[in-house]
Amino acid sequence: MGSLQSSPSHQDYVDLAEKTGFSFEQISILHKRFKQLSHNEDKLRREHFGQITDLHANPIREQIVEAFFDRRNFYQEIEEPVSEISFENFLVVMSNFRPPSDNMSQEKLVKVRKEKLRFLFNMHDTDKDGTITLEEYRHVVEELLSYYEALETETARGIADAAMLEVASITRGHMEPDEFYEGITFEHFLKLLEGFDIESRMNIRFMNMDTTTLCFLTTYRGVKSWPFQLYFW
Amino acid sequence: MGLHRHAGLWLLGSAMLLCCVSPLKAELKNSQHESHSNSNITGISIVTLKWEHVKAPYLVAVWILVCFLCKLVIEANHHVTSIIPESALLICAGFILGGIIWGADHQQTFSLTPVVFFYYLLPSIIVDSGYHMPNKLFFSNLGAILVHAIIGTCWNAATLGLSLWGCQKGGAMGDLDIGLLQYLLFGSLIAAVDPVAVLAVFEQVHVNDVLFILVFGESLLNDGVTVVLFNVFDAFVTLGGAQIDAVEIIKGIISFFVVAFGGSLLGMVFGILMCFLTRCTKNIEIIEPGFIFVVGYLSYLTAEMLSLSAILSCVFCGVCCQKYINANMNENSVKTVKYVMKVLANGSETMIFVFLGISAIDKTIWVWNTGFILLTLLFIFVYRFIGVFLLTWPLNRYRLVPLEFIDQLIMGFGGLRGAVAYGLAVMMDEKKIKEKNLMVSTTLIVVFFTVIIQGILMKPVVTWLKVKRATLHDLTLIEKVQNRVFDHMLVAVEDISGQIGHNYFRDKWKNFEEKWMMWMLMKPSARKTQDHVFSVFHQLNLKDAVEYVTEGERSGSLEFIRNDSVLIDFKKKLGDDMLDAMPDVTADTSFDQGIMLPFRRDPVPSVSLEMHEQTMNGLREMEDLNSHHLLQEHLYKGRKQHRHRFSRNHLSINTDEDEVQEIFQRTMRKRLESFKSAKMGMALPKTISKHTKKEQQKTPNGKNRISVDEDYEFSEADSASGYDPSFTYRAGGGIENPAFMADLDPVVPLQIPPWLAEAELDSGGVAPSQRAQTRPPLTAGDLRRLAPLRISTQSTDSFMMADIPDAEQRRDSFDLPPPPPPPPKDGYHQ
Repeated sequence: MGSLQSSPSHQDYVDLAEKTGFSFEQISILHKRFKQLSHNEDKLRREHFGQITDLHANPIREQIVEAFFDRRNFYQEIEEPVSEISFENFLVVMSNFRPPSDNMSQEKLVKVRKEKLRFLFNMHDTDKDGTITLEEYRHVVEELLSYYEALETETARGIADAAMLEVASITRGHMEPDEFYEGITFEHFLKLLEGFDIESRMNIRFMNMDTTTLCFLTTYRGVKSWPFQLYFW
Repeated sequence: MGLHRHAGLWLLGSAMLLCCVSPLKAELKNSQHESHSNSNITGISIVTLKWEHVKAPYLVAVWILVCFLCKLVIEANHHVTSIIPESALLICAGFILGGIIWGADHQQTFSLTPVVFFYYLLPSIIVDSGYHMPNKLFFSNLGAILVHAIIGTCWNAATLGLSLWGCQKGGAMGDLDIGLLQYLLFGSLIAAVDPVAVLAVFEQVHVNDVLFILVFGESLLNDGVTVVLFNVFDAFVTLGGAQIDAVEIIKGIISFFVVAFGGSLLGMVFGILMCFLTRCTKNIEIIEPGFIFVVGYLSYLTAEMLSLSAILSCVFCGVCCQKYINANMNENSVKTVKYVMKVLANGSETMIFVFLGISAIDKTIWVWNTGFILLTLLFIFVYRFIGVFLLTWPLNRYRLVPLEFIDQLIMGFGGLRGAVAYGLAVMMDEKKIKEKNLMVSTTLIVVFFTVIIQGILMKPVVTWLKVKRATLHDLTLIEKVQNRVFDHMLVAVEDISGQIGHNYFRDKWKNFEEKWMMWMLMKPSARKTQDHVFSVFHQLNLKDAVEYVTEGERSGSLEFIRNDSVLIDFKKKLGDDMLDAMPDVTADTSFDQGIMLPFRRDPVPSVSLEMHEQTMNGLREMEDLNSHHLLQEHLYKGRKQHRHRFSRNHLSINTDEDEVQEIFQRTMRKRLESFKSAKMGMALPKTISKHTKKEQQKTPNGKNRISVDEDYEFSEADSASGYDPSFTYRAGGGIENPAFMADLDPVVPLQIPPWLAEAELDSGGVAPSQRAQTRPPLTAGDLRRLAPLRISTQSTDSFMMADIPDAEQRRDSFDLPPPPPPPPKDGYHQ
């Protein structure tokens, strides 16, 4: 425990580990990273994320960064986003990407799955009203496609619209003529991504060693994908 | 009933066989006899039988036919193939055929020779698996695959060889003249899991993707190891035990790296070559697909020539180039490549299994040694499991998602041996290896045991162990979008948390690829249309188009035409158009079932895609000469009339562009309209028609909401959503006919604008429509892939005016010009 001299006490670590499920080593690594990002301050603000150069190329960076400042992800019922987060909040958000451990019971897995989906849902539901509306979804698709200059915004919108209609047809089945689809609620979201192997996909391997440069074992890590999907790579 | 039919089929099959096998002998004699008599005849003989001239190609063709017939017969029995895998049945069919040949010839004239197998049958399968390899899955599991392929195969070979040797020393198999090196040679040839057998069995079981790729990838990549092990031990056997020293062993290890990496590199070089080739095949599209096959085959042969791993070379050739050539080539060429590849691979697979069966019916190769054979079977089975468990244990510590115990069991169970082992066994030199025949027959038994017994048991075992299956349903659009979100999200979180992980590298590679590889290997025009989500969306559109027509048909929407004999031709025409247009448009979407229309509910024909019947029915029931005449006059010319041109360079499936265009314009315009009215938040006129089902709603906060209609309205909206939704457009509403055009409205028959379509096309789109003016034209590159989309966008503007007949009362508010007068030559008014 020699490396724990920087702020949090041992007791803090125990608490954090209990809350987030990270191991001490992982917490200490993440803490270092937190300090690095925040320039040794205790709070992390939005502009700190701007220094991460690799993030600039990411089309959905805004949403992801925003997720770190979203109180719903810290289990708090406050509407407006916070402007700065503590290390604990940082860890809690990160813990959404923890792979499920081996000896997890079935209910636990379901719970983990639900939490991960909730995180994803919150990310899309930018106005926090509990539904992903067409506008919000369009925004997601537009951002995703913004990378490809060839596709115009209207195409992105078209895709979002088509996806939304598809959603409506899945969740509602037949609808009356004058009915309209309000947006994806969390229940629908769960239903939609039923076949989606989220518990084994939304994972990141958090190192137990402090690896900022070395990691050559990456190929062993299976990230599930779909069969014969030719266009991806 | 079924039994009878099968008996019939079998009879047919065996009759075919007898036809092609036993007469061969007789014919042979005949031809010899004839060639004798020919020399005596001085005049011109009108008919001569030249069997010897055609013998070789004739036999090949007949055998291919016979193998395909076997498959046909087997696949006709679904209840059998659902229990016993096809590969096992094909082998059994081979037994029967072999029996027939044996009965006729008393020797095995036809058997699977290594040359035929390795140079003709195997390459097509390997090219196919490389080209269709799920790359992302493959590379994310590459580590595990390599460990199993390299270490696992070595483990299998070594343990089997050593154990058999030990057993022989212990006296378990009597007196055999096999030394340790020969045991190891045998072990190395039989150690490798066979790609053909694995694919054949696993394809029918649908286990989850990771499991599939682990077994399948292993079976492909272990070829490098097998080749090296086989060659090294073959050399060792030749050298004899005394000559082997450390240098030789080191050479053997080095040769492994050379063979495996050299083969892979060679494949990549060929793959890049292929990409470059397809960059410049624009003018010879018709033979474009040929390049893929030839270059793929060359990569195999070149590797073979340089004694590198041919399978690795071929696989990596396909893996490297698939993305780029798919983007570079014409859509039809891509389709052709895929189909031809499947034909070749599937055909080769069939032939391999049938000939494995045939080869087994040969007295001369069978040497029985119970101890040797049974022990081999046992060791192969047991060591495979042990190997899998041993190797997966350390792997699981590094895998993000560990392999479960059940998965490991299936991996072990999926260790099928196949024709590669048999081919290698036959290639052994009898002079050096005394017991070659014993090894060959043992190999055959192992192959049959694994393919037939394990193949049959695979499905029950998978079910019984509750192995996670692959999700068979198509991905919905939202899932695909979500896939994308995931990719980016994982990268972002890795960035933020400062972890350098799998996603990080993948992202880096992707950036590199997009910057350099694409620039180098892809046509400039193809680069732009590289988006998966978009292609899915495009496909959705096509699917909807088909569904849409089906739906309109089902709802009997054109019944009103019944009263108006003048318009009867219209529905015929539309149906005909559909028939012509749809195959073009939807060929790649495989929604054929969508075209299979439900039967009409009423005796009066409405639009149907089965045109010829429909025309006949309609005529009979109308009993109206006038309408008959009208039909003749005004129908678009049938396809057949466009078909008599023959060209080797151009493949024109449907030359009548007008028909295709018009049908698109019609449906798309209609659908766009209805979608607009459903979706747009713009101020819309109240809908007029009593049949309109859509309503526009605005939420208090001004957000657009989707009003959802009945199912077909959905499909409408889906497809229409590709077009600029922000374009303020007087949404139609007011269309009575959900399937087709307002212009079919019997009230104002003369406003029907078939001429409109023609006029527009004739004038070559001289006057850009309003919409076209508001929007920069797409580049040519876009157009190629977006052809159907574009056609439909065109339709939206040029045909908005077709609303007019239905909406006379709002014409003044319509900001478009009235429809131009019909051109004088309009067929409609003749």
